[in-house]
Amino acid sequence: MLSEKKDNIFSKFKKLSIDSTPKTILVAITLCLFCSMIVSLAAVKLKSIQQENQIRDKQKNVLQVAGLYSEGINIEEAFASFEPRIVDIESGLFTDKFNPRTFNDLKAASDPLLSVALKDDPASIGRRTNYATVYLLKNNDGTIDKLILPIHGYGLWSTLYGFVALEEDTNKIFGLQFYQHAETPGLGAEVDNPKWKAQWKGKKLRNKDGDLLIQVAKTSGPSGYHIDAIAGATLTSNGVNNLVRFWVGEAGFKKFLTNFKIGKINVSN
Amino acid sequence: MSQTRKKLLVDPLIDNNPIALQVLGICSALAVTSSLKVAFVMALAVIAVTGFSSFFISMLRHYIPTSIRIIVQMTIIASLVIVVDQLLKAYAYEISKTLSVFVGLIITNCIVMGRAEAFAMKNTPIDSFVDGIGNGLGYGLLLMCVGVVRELFGAGSLFGIVILNPVSDGGWYVPNGLLLLPPSAFFIIGFLIWGLRVWKKSQVEEPEFKIQTVEDH
Repeated sequence: MLSEKKDNIFSKFKKLSIDSTPKTILVAITLCLFCSMIVSLAAVKLKSIQQENQIRDKQKNVLQVAGLYSEGINIEEAFASFEPRIVDIESGLFTDKFNPRTFNDLKAASDPLLSVALKDDPASIGRRTNYATVYLLKNNDGTIDKLILPIHGYGLWSTLYGFVALEEDTNKIFGLQFYQHAETPGLGAEVDNPKWKAQWKGKKLRNKDGDLLIQVAKTSGPSGYHIDAIAGATLTSNGVNNLVRFWVGEAGFKKFLTNFKIGKINVSN
Repeated sequence: MSQTRKKLLVDPLIDNNPIALQVLGICSALAVTSSLKVAFVMALAVIAVTGFSSFFISMLRHYIPTSIRIIVQMTIIASLVIVVDQLLKAYAYEISKTLSVFVGLIITNCIVMGRAEAFAMKNTPIDSFVDGIGNGLGYGLLLMCVGVVRELFGAGSLFGIVILNPVSDGGWYVPNGLLLLPPSAFFIIGFLIWGLRVWKKSQVEEPEFKIQTVEDH
């Protein structure tokens, strides 16, 4: 009795035209399920390779900002000359709480235990991590050649992630580079333009009195501290200005940089 | 390969080029042709997507309800594009960074949709596949032509290899910056269409309107 009824429904369904509502719904559901399976399979299977690419890309950018990158070099080998260390931003000292090789900066920045909510937030990042990975490049005698700090902040459309390389007494910029952003191609994306990036080289962060003078602006500023803004990309330029000033400022790495300068930090490890 | 299949493959290259004759897929042709390497990868991606989307849509063509056929086609195309995007991110990371949003925009490339709707819905899977590949190749061919002009005269190089040494590197060639901007591709595609129609007279369209000569009152 029951199976007969079932049969009826089934054969009735079979007889329906392709354009009938039940069959249309069936096709739509089946297709969606099938396609979503294919898409998620591709995303999951390729994720590890993609993440590896991202890590390599980040390493490449560290090399580039330190001026050590040239086409075709072995990135991993060259990157080995950098020493990653975790900085406790509050105290401005190195910390051994985490393993710098496995520490995930991105995760830390959104982890409520490892970050603080910002009230004064010029870089529009919401929360600031308490721990950040910095990279040290040492001379042969163990002194520091370059110090590479991670920076990030909001531009026009996206958060820009990058590095700034400091040299000498950590007041002089060697280079600045973003490795991830989604600013307008041709306008805001000119932050990747080598000519614009070259402006940063040799600029100073602070004057002798310790005033933070580095700026990205349209109008001319104090020479040695001024970077010309990008034409047609005011908001991205403002974003870069804010984020650089934030990360080297009070709420950022200032304490660490000061400790570094007065020799409170033992780099010889 | 049978004669008709060969025709399906070769026709879209010159006689029925999707960009030059059908004037489809212009937007991405403007965006990705400033360097040949990027144009080449984009062309490969579009060839793969048009070929396989036509193939799958043709396979399902007897089961696709007419009321939702466009959505079904879009779903299949979009899934393929996402897979291509993921593959590029995994195996050609540098290029996927440059192509960024344009890979995703293959979904909206009129060529893919056009072949699905005009050909794959009425023909067998293999024919549709060949037709899709052919149209992808036609798109790619024109992309490469535009790319050669733009990269050679805009940056003085081809596939990143310096041909005309630019002034900025101490050479003699002053690159034409306009060619690196998207509008230049409009001019180049326009000239290509002109040239093609001078060569192949059959592609010239009849004017739809003629100015009437008014007789004297």
